[in-house]
Amino acid sequence: MVPLSYYLLLSAVLFTLGVLGFLIKRNVITVFMCIELMLNAVNLSFVGFARQSSLLNGQVFVFFVMAVAAAEAAVGLGIIMALFRNRQTLDVDEAHLMKW
Amino acid sequence: MELMIFLILAGICTISAANILIQRQPIYSALSLIVTFVSLAGIYLQMHAEFIAVMQVVVYTGAIMVLFVFVIMLLNARSEQESPHRLRLMKYLVPPLVILLIFEVGWVIFRSFPDETVQISGIPTSMAGNTQSIGRMLFTSYVLPFELTSILLLVGIVGAILLAKKEL
Repeated sequence: MVPLSYYLLLSAVLFTLGVLGFLIKRNVITVFMCIELMLNAVNLSFVGFARQSSLLNGQVFVFFVMAVAAAEAAVGLGIIMALFRNRQTLDVDEAHLMKW
Repeated sequence: MELMIFLILAGICTISAANILIQRQPIYSALSLIVTFVSLAGIYLQMHAEFIAVMQVVVYTGAIMVLFVFVIMLLNARSEQESPHRLRLMKYLVPPLVILLIFEVGWVIFRSFPDETVQISGIPTSMAGNTQSIGRMLFTSYVLPFELTSILLLVGIVGAILLAKKEL
């Protein structure tokens, strides 16, 4: 039996790596991937607590988080495509103006 | 045994997550993110959350990451260059601070949830990942969020098509 704290620690490590990547990466696609990593870290916490309390509500929430992540990925990648078409760059430092 | 499987999967997960940050080519980051997702699916299986594990593989590695890889190849994303106006100090300051933060969070977690927490056994663990009971919950107590999710996905589809159109 794996204690709950191990899952929470792994979740915290993944979330920290996601935040770190979000802050230090300059390619907008990689920044977006780090957001997905953070969502996964939260999912792991949800499933861990659901297992600890022997309830399924946490797993239902993970389902909703996944649905939101799918919608977010579609819209976000659409925004990245539009950004690349208008600016010819994927660097987040280059895209600092709302309107060109 | 269970702990061993968890530790191996957690190690793979952490290393590949760190590899996302180390790699400069976005396509390599995407591939190591896929490894992270698959090992997370293994951890979900080990936690008897079979439905979540399958969803993880189907939705994340099957749908989202394919979309990422498509966009990376479509946009011909190059590796990121060093920008001149970046703080050089940051490169040496960030890793120790991150490790410090992880140790702090780990200390708080281990203090708040000590290892000897009792396992409450309401549902048998073999039933805990039961897809049938998750489906029943989705259509009874969580039916409103479930329907809202469908609207959200519809908005997502329309938004993605609108954004990807030629003339924006």
